[in-house]
Amino acid sequence: MGIFDRFTRTNDEQEQKKLEEGLEKTRTSFFGKLDRLVRGKDNVDAEVLDELEEVLVTSDVGVDTTLDIIQHVEERVAQDQYVSTQELNRLIRDEIAKLMLEDAPERPADFDAPLPDKPYVIMVVGVNGVGKTTTIGKMAYRYKQAGKKVVLGAADTFRAAAIEQLDIWAERAGVPVVKQKHGADPAAVAFDAVESAESQGADVVIIDTAGRLHTKGGLMEELAKIKRVMGKKVTAAPHEVLLVLDASTGQNAIRQAEEFTNSVDVTGLALTKLDGTAKGGVVIGVSHEFQVPVKYIGVGEDLDDLQVFDRKGFVEAMFEGVER
Amino acid sequence: MFESLSEKLEGALQSISGQGRINELNVAETMREIRRALLNADVNYQVAKDFTNRVKEKATGEEVLTSVTPGQQLTKIVYDELTHFLGEEHEDIEYANEPPTVILIAGLQGSGKTTFTAKLAKHFVKEGHAPLLAAADVYRPAAVDQLQKLASQVSVPVYSVEENGTIVQDAVRVAEEAVAEARRTARDIVIIDTAGRMHIDERMMQEVADIKSAVDPNEILFVVDSMTGQDAVNTAKEFNEQLDYDGVVLTKLDGDTRGGAALSIRSVVNKPIKFASTGEKLDALTPFYPDRMAQRILGMGDVVSFVERAQEQYDQKQAKKLQRKIRSQDFDLQDFYDQLQRIKKMGPLQDLLGMIPGVGNQVKDLDVDDDAFRHIEAMILSMTPEERANPQILNGTRRRRIAKGSGMRVRDVNQMIKQFRDMKKMMKKMSGLTGSGQGGMDLQKLMDRMGGGGGGLPGGGGGGLPGM
Ligand SMILES: Nc1nc2c(ncn2[C@@H]2O[C@H](COP(=O)(O)OP(=O)(O)OP(=O)(O)O)[C@@H](O)[C@H]2O)c(=O)[nH]1
Ligand SMILES: [Mg+2]
Repeated sequence: MGIFDRFTRTNDEQEQKKLEEGLEKTRTSFFGKLDRLVRGKDNVDAEVLDELEEVLVTSDVGVDTTLDIIQHVEERVAQDQYVSTQELNRLIRDEIAKLMLEDAPERPADFDAPLPDKPYVIMVVGVNGVGKTTTIGKMAYRYKQAGKKVVLGAADTFRAAAIEQLDIWAERAGVPVVKQKHGADPAAVAFDAVESAESQGADVVIIDTAGRLHTKGGLMEELAKIKRVMGKKVTAAPHEVLLVLDASTGQNAIRQAEEFTNSVDVTGLALTKLDGTAKGGVVIGVSHEFQVPVKYIGVGEDLDDLQVFDRKGFVEAMFEGVER
Repeated sequence: MFESLSEKLEGALQSISGQGRINELNVAETMREIRRALLNADVNYQVAKDFTNRVKEKATGEEVLTSVTPGQQLTKIVYDELTHFLGEEHEDIEYANEPPTVILIAGLQGSGKTTFTAKLAKHFVKEGHAPLLAAADVYRPAAVDQLQKLASQVSVPVYSVEENGTIVQDAVRVAEEAVAEARRTARDIVIIDTAGRMHIDERMMQEVADIKSAVDPNEILFVVDSMTGQDAVNTAKEFNEQLDYDGVVLTKLDGDTRGGAALSIRSVVNKPIKFASTGEKLDALTPFYPDRMAQRILGMGDVVSFVERAQEQYDQKQAKKLQRKIRSQDFDLQDFYDQLQRIKKMGPLQDLLGMIPGVGNQVKDLDVDDDAFRHIEAMILSMTPEERANPQILNGTRRRRIAKGSGMRVRDVNQMIKQFRDMKKMMKKMSGLTGSGQGGMDLQKLMDRMGGGGGGLPGGGGGGLPGM
C-alpha cells in the first residue's frame, strides 16, 4: 500500500500550511475527487486507494480496518475486471457497510416494532460523559410516542446530580423513574425498576448506569452484578445491553467495547454526538469485531435528536465531508 | 492489540544493524511503523505524516552507535522529538495582578469540564486560595446541581442565578455577577464552568465568546477528552479561533487511551497542555508531563513503570554505598551477588527485561526462567568470603573447586569471572557518566547494558552475563 510511503520534505512553515490544507481536504467531497481519478481508467490506481485510506483514517476507522477495506476493494476490482466510476463508488460503500452487523429481529431498534418480551429491559452502559443519560431520555420519549409504556431506572447512584438529571429527562419525556438515594446500591435500584415495571405492566424499562472507564475492574464487576440481579427478576433480562460510544472517540472505543463485552455482553451500540464534525468511523471496526449492530445515533441535545441507525446513510456521511 | 512501538521498531530495523548509518532507504520501513503507531494512538492523519517527516530528517545521516541497537536509537530520536514537541516544562496558571483571578473553562459536551472545575477548586484551596465557582452551564439538566454537589465536597461556594426556582438561562450574566460577587466576598479566584458545546454550533460559540468579553478572564482553559480521535484537530482549532485560549486540559487519562490527541492539538494550536485529569476523585489532578505522554503515545509506558519499580525496590542508601564502591573499584563478587538478589526481588525477570526498550523484542519468545541467575549464584555461593572479596586470588585450583561445588564446568567459572571483570570496568565508566545521580537510574542502566550492550541475553546465545 502506498499511503504510508509518501514522505516529503518540509520546513516548519510549510508544514503548518500543509497541515491546514490537509485538514481542508477532508472537507471536500471524496466522491467528487474519486470521479476525477477514476474517469476513463479500468483499474483502481494507487492514488484512489491513497485517497480512500485518508478518508477512512481521518474518520477514525483505524489503520487495521482501513487496510482490510482497501484490500477488499482491490480484490473486488480485480475480480470484476472493469469497473466504472459509479460501480467503484457503490463497491466502496458496500464494502464498508457490509462490515457492520445488521440489526437482529429479536432486538428491534425501531421504536414502533413490537417487542419480544414484556417488560423489555434495556441496560445502558459506557464510559464517562458519552451521553448515556441523554440517550435514555430521547429513547424514552420515542418509545412513549410509539405508544409504549416506559419506566426508567436511576441506577447511576454515584455521580453528583445524576439522579436529578435523569429525573429532568423523564419529566420531559413524560415517563416515571424508579430511584433511590444518591449512594444507594445500583443493583438494588435496577432490581426495583424491573420489578416496578413488571407490576405496572410496562412495556420497556431503561436502566441508566454510572459512567465508568472500562479499565476499572471493580466498577466493571459492579456492572456485571447490576446485570445479574435483573435477570433474577425477569428471565433473560436485560434483553438489550446498549453500549454508548461518543463519535469523537478514537481507537480507544475498541478497548471500551472489548471490556464492556467481557463484563456485560454488549448487544447493541449507540453512537452519540454525530452533530459535530467527528465521523465516528471506529464503530465500523467495533461492530465487525464484536458482532454487534449499531442501533441509534445521537445528533443533538434535544428530545428528538435521536435516529435509528442507517448503515448506508452513515457511510455516505463519512464521505460527504463537512458541509457548513 | 497495541504492540509497543519499540518492539515494532526492533523488527523493522533488523536490517539496519551493521549498516553504520541511518539512511533514507533503511529508515523508510521504520518511519512507516512509527506513523502507524501514531495513527493507532489517534494522532491526526496529517499530523502523523508531518511528524514522521520531521523525525526522518533528524535521523537520516545519524551514525548508528555501537552501544545501542538502531531501534533503540531511533526510538530515542522519536521519543525526544515528541517530548520536545509536547512542551518541555510544566506551565502554571497566570494569576491576576489584582484579584480575583478569573478562569474560564470551555470544551465539548462530556469532556469533563465540571469535574475538572471542582478539582481545580480543590487544588486552589490546598494552596491557600479562596475560589468561587460560577455555574454558567445553564442548559444541561442538573448541571448546576452537579457543580453545587461537587463544590460542597471541597467547601467552595457556587454562584448561580435562579428566579422562581428555575435557572435563568443567561450564562453571561452568571459569569459577570460571579466576578462581582467574588470581589464583594473577597474570593481571590473565580472559575467559570460553562456548558459543553459543539465547535460548529455558532450560537453557543458566540455565547462563550460573549462570556470572555464580559469578564476578560486571566486564563481560558480548553478541556478535552484524552480518548478523542481524529476530530481533535478541528475542535481544538475552532475553539482557539473563537477564544484564543491559554492552555489545554487533558481528561480521563486514567483509562488506557494512548492519547494521540495531545500531539494533534499541540500541532494545530501552539498552546501548552497545563493539566491532566486522572480520575473521578477530586484530587485526581496532576500537572502535565510531556515525557510520560510521549511514552504513552508511543506505547512505551512500560519504560516508566520499569524505572518506577526499579526505584521502589532499590534502597537509596544501598545505592549510594554501591556507587561509592564502584567508583573506588571496591565492587566485588559479594556485591554482585547482593545486586542479583535485589534485581530478582523486582519481579519476574522476563517482565523486567521486556520493559527495557530494545530488549523487549529479543526476550519475548525466549523462555527466560526466573532462575536465570541461578548458575551465577551457585558459583558465587561456592566461593569463600575471601574469594568473593578478592576475585584476583581465584587460581586454577580454586576455580576447579568452585566448578565442582556449583555443578558447573571450569569453563563456566572462567567465563563468569572474565565477565565480572568486564562489567566492573563498564560500571566504572558508567559511574563517571552518571555522576552523583540517583541510585535507581544506575540500576536501570546496568540492566540496560547487561542486555543491549553486553552482547547477549539470558538464553540468547553468546556470552551474556545472566545466561552463562
Ligand atoms: N451535541 C450533542 N451532545 C450530546 C449528545 N448526547 C449527549 N450529549 C451531551 O453530552 C454531555 C454528556 O451527556 P450525558 O448524557 O450526561 O452523558 P453520560 O454518559 O450520562 O455521562 P455520565 O453519566 O456522567 O457518565 C451532556 O452535555 C449532553 O447534553 C449528542 O448526541 N449531541
Ligand atoms: Mg449519566
